[in-house]
Amino acid sequence: MELKEDINIQNVAMSIFDRKMEMDEPIEPKDHMPDGYRKHLIRQMSQHAHSEVIGMQPEGNWITRAPSLRAKQILLAKIQDECGHGLYLYSATETLGISRAEMIAQLHSGKAKYSNIFNYPALNWADVGAIGWLVDGAAIVNQVSLQRTSYGPYSRAMVRICKEESFHQRQGYEIMTKMMRGTKEQREMAQDAMNRWWWPSLMMFGPHDSDSPHTGDAFKWKIKRQSNDELRAKFIDKTVQQAEVIGLTVPDKELRWNEEKKHYDHGPINWAEFYKVIAGFGPCNNQRMEHHKKIHAEGAWVREAAEAHRAKHQRQ
Amino acid sequence: MATETEFPKWEVFTQIKPGANYIHAGMIHATDKEMALQNARDTYTRRGEGTSIWVVPSHAIVASNPDDKEMFFDPANDKIYRLPTFYVMPEGAKAI
Amino acid sequence: MTEQQALYKYCTQLGDNALIQSYRLAEWCSRAPILEEDLALTNMALDMTGRAQLLLQYAGQLAGKGQTEDDLAYRRSEPEYSNSLIMELPDDDFAFTMVRQLLTSTFEYFLYSALTSSTDKTVAAIAAKAVKEAKYHMAHTTDWVIRLGDGTDESSRRTQQALNKLWPYTEELFETDDAHKMLLAAGIAADVNKIKASWSEHINATRTAAKITMPSDDYQHSGGTRGIHTEYLGHILSEMQYLQRAYPDAKW
Repeated sequence: MELKEDINIQNVAMSIFDRKMEMDEPIEPKDHMPDGYRKHLIRQMSQHAHSEVIGMQPEGNWITRAPSLRAKQILLAKIQDECGHGLYLYSATETLGISRAEMIAQLHSGKAKYSNIFNYPALNWADVGAIGWLVDGAAIVNQVSLQRTSYGPYSRAMVRICKEESFHQRQGYEIMTKMMRGTKEQREMAQDAMNRWWWPSLMMFGPHDSDSPHTGDAFKWKIKRQSNDELRAKFIDKTVQQAEVIGLTVPDKELRWNEEKKHYDHGPINWAEFYKVIAGFGPCNNQRMEHHKKIHAEGAWVREAAEAHRAKHQRQ
Repeated sequence: MATETEFPKWEVFTQIKPGANYIHAGMIHATDKEMALQNARDTYTRRGEGTSIWVVPSHAIVASNPDDKEMFFDPANDKIYRLPTFYVMPEGAKAI
Repeated sequence: MTEQQALYKYCTQLGDNALIQSYRLAEWCSRAPILEEDLALTNMALDMTGRAQLLLQYAGQLAGKGQTEDDLAYRRSEPEYSNSLIMELPDDDFAFTMVRQLLTSTFEYFLYSALTSSTDKTVAAIAAKAVKEAKYHMAHTTDWVIRLGDGTDESSRRTQQALNKLWPYTEELFETDDAHKMLLAAGIAADVNKIKASWSEHINATRTAAKITMPSDDYQHSGGTRGIHTEYLGHILSEMQYLQRAYPDAKW
């Protein structure tokens, strides 16, 4: 008898989920949700959180060498935002019943991923510009779209993040502009950074719609609102113009405006490289993970000390 | 390897300007209330968007159950006499 | 020495202290034991960079040679730097960073409190901003030093070790020279002798709460304010000044 009633409640609850989906109402933590929905969100949101945190590393590589006090402040503030955004996203993911410690353990075991883009090195100061302009520029296209995602805490985190990230892309573009107006060496650094970051930035949107394994569910559940190719096109269209204004060359000989589609056509993306980096063979995969593991292990005694102090004093 | 424990969770509420309602901003981890306030400050008010912060241990928050939504909130729907627009004022009466 | 030259020296010294602290704090970015603390450490670094910017900008104006804050930060060599040695010591661990920051922020809190009534308007204005920051840094690090000192055996050991190592560099914070004396007479500089008692009181209270013992006090290092530094400063500057030195014609 009891079992049957449970199933009944379950059915009613699930129909509420479906109705909310249909009405475009956000799903909240205590709502019943299909297992697959919860799993998909945990996977996507924790990957997003890890990306923010791992993303601190390539830019962090230049903090001590930032060439002016102003540049240093801006870069510090920006990396600090990435850290804050990682925190917003971890908290939002924790509402799904997984702890931050579990998520970090999954990152360390390789079960959870982070954005591939951070497996590329930041080799000269212009890379800091390229990361802000291209990488954050690509991320924000995706994040603006995610503000309308169906899970309430994720959507709210995205609204906050988008509001804060608006300066990131500008600071990156400002660095590129300064370098392009600078000495010959500075212009060379800027173009070099452009050449190395352009294609990986396009890869950030993921495989073409025809090859994307998760697209189906993500759309059904309104986690994702626009396809990889739509978002990529949006990014290319706005970025090409910005590159032209400051005299940077987009490293794609096949790039052409398509009047009919009202979008740029671009050359083929090197998906072999994309999958190679995902498989762990990018230039910095080991370095990034080793850094994260090392820091986490080195901080253990601090976390234990704070816990021990609380236990002794029962402060809360 | 020992299982990693976590600092307790705290919900953060910020007041954007004096006199405004406190609004939920998110969550942080901390082992005591001083740390909770400082972490909340650094996480949620980096752009000066706060004049005051509340932190509350997450376990102290009791949330209504979505299954009870109808029972909890629908009965308020027909009590329109709580709204000022329910009342007809005689013409010429001002500032009421 | 004119009063203006003395003030240049004074502001450069305060600016260098802020700048070198900001360098060390910023090194923690993406390295903190918890994410929340990563934010806290970079926040302190940002406060210090901003303070260095204001102080060095003013110093540049006083010198009257058209030097910007960046010229002073990125084109001076080690002997021209006048920060206290304690600022440049490399961070062994989180306990070291927290103890150092407690020692310096407590000093800065009382120093800038006094400087808010400086007869020099610019110094007073910078102090009014700095005192708020220092008060927060002091509170944050006081809490952490107590947690670490009175935490586990390991954290207590590390905290004690940090204090032992840092203590011989504390006296230098209270050193004065002719420039100080001249500015003190003019009501521009703060009287560090008056600050010493308040500083000692807060440090001792925190140390007691953290259950850490007082290190032996038989030797104190000195030299930073006269341009004689530890070997560490050279490495800080070669990293910090790399782009400005490698591409002297470039604007960043």
